Amino acid sequence: MGEEPLVRWDWIGRNWPEIQELLADHIIMALVPVVAGLLLALPLGLAGARWRWLYQPTVGTMNVIYSLPSLAVFIVLIPITGLATRATIIVPLTFYAMAVLIPAVVDGLTSVPEHVRQSAVAMGFTPLRRLLRVELPIAVPVVLAGLRVATVSSISLVSVGALVGRGGLGYLFIDGWQRQFPTPIVVGVVLTAILAAVADLLLVVAQRWLTPWSTARSRVREAA
Amino acid sequence: MNWLIDFFGDAANWSGPDGIPLRVLEHLVFAGLSLLLAVVLAVPLGLWIGHTGKGAVLVVLSANAARALPTLGLLVLVVLLMGVGTIAPVLIPLVALAVPPILVNTYEGIRGVDPELRDAAYGMGLRGRQVLGGVLVPVALPLILLGMRTAAIQVVATATVAAYVGLGGLGRYIIDGLATKDYPRAIGGAVLVAALALAVQGLFALVQRISVSPGVSGRQRIR
Repeated sequence: MGEEPLVRWDWIGRNWPEIQELLADHIIMALVPVVAGLLLALPLGLAGARWRWLYQPTVGTMNVIYSLPSLAVFIVLIPITGLATRATIIVPLTFYAMAVLIPAVVDGLTSVPEHVRQSAVAMGFTPLRRLLRVELPIAVPVVLAGLRVATVSSISLVSVGALVGRGGLGYLFIDGWQRQFPTPIVVGVVLTAILAAVADLLLVVAQRWLTPWSTARSRVREAA
Repeated sequence: MNWLIDFFGDAANWSGPDGIPLRVLEHLVFAGLSLLLAVVLAVPLGLWIGHTGKGAVLVVLSANAARALPTLGLLVLVVLLMGVGTIAPVLIPLVALAVPPILVNTYEGIRGVDPELRDAAYGMGLRGRQVLGGVLVPVALPLILLGMRTAAIQVVATATVAAYVGLGGLGRYIIDGLATKDYPRAIGGAVLVAALALAVQGLFALVQRISVSPGVSGRQRIR
């Protein structure tokens, strides 16, 4: 036997359909929690920004949740959500996403300068319209920064689920380890990294599109 | 709840090579060494980049990409290529996990210091290094410590996967418990890791209270 190559390209070719299935499963289990986390974090973050006394307890709870190891939470959930189901992975990852996003929403909203808020009131904006047209747009960069961290971590965390039977691309790590065969592991690591890079890039593009003024301002600064 | 009593109430779980004290110690060694290495690598680099502004874009991009590296995958890959023998294969993925938050927060902390404050320091006649050590670092300290806390919690939580490739630490209970369908053991291990992570969180809160200058901590966030 010659030296075992790090990557056997023929293995990838033969197993491509299966790899695609794992990739699709991975994407669903990584992105559903981020979207759900954002939908839950927006109202909670709004409440935290409006009533400051709510903020500390909420963030404290979220910090505690964030410090729970994902593997541990997956295991504790197995009796409720079942072994090797998507829900076992999605539920904890939703909480992790919220733990990152709630502080981001609150920080974003409190970063709105007081004179901007007062100008909006003086211009006759109703509270709801002020929120939608003035405060949320100003909060977008901070919220998106949180969203980027949440998305990338979520993509990376899904693979831990492989240890409880459902980990998307993480299955390739288990498979490679059990057969002492590096190719699937390399494929899994590389695909996870590519997936995260693509998602991150899309969010950066989204930020440019949602906050055209921030790029305009930096261009002005460069010209000055 | 009965499961927890089954696990923690069994005297056999409190002594010997598979006893709780030794497993906690192993876990702390993995996590502590990784965090130390990550701090040694990331803090000077972050200070330098934040202070000089060189290579900032590269760092922010690569640090966010590094967050995406799956620890489990890196771990099995490194062990397959290097063999088990030492704990070095565990340290590599854990350091890779801990460096990004520390690096980004150190850099952001230094860069985010109020420029007027920086100019005032220069105006008082301080030189580059004195400005960094005497003004920028103390003001940026809360953010730097926050990065270290995030890294520490992630490392403590993730060191569990070391057990998957046959190493020790609290992950042993989780992996072995799962493999033998001994759920009290698996959940007991999970509870121990969570408790350890919370203890680390508390420790950092304490360090922050002691080390951050009161003039700085009066404000919530420096931007």
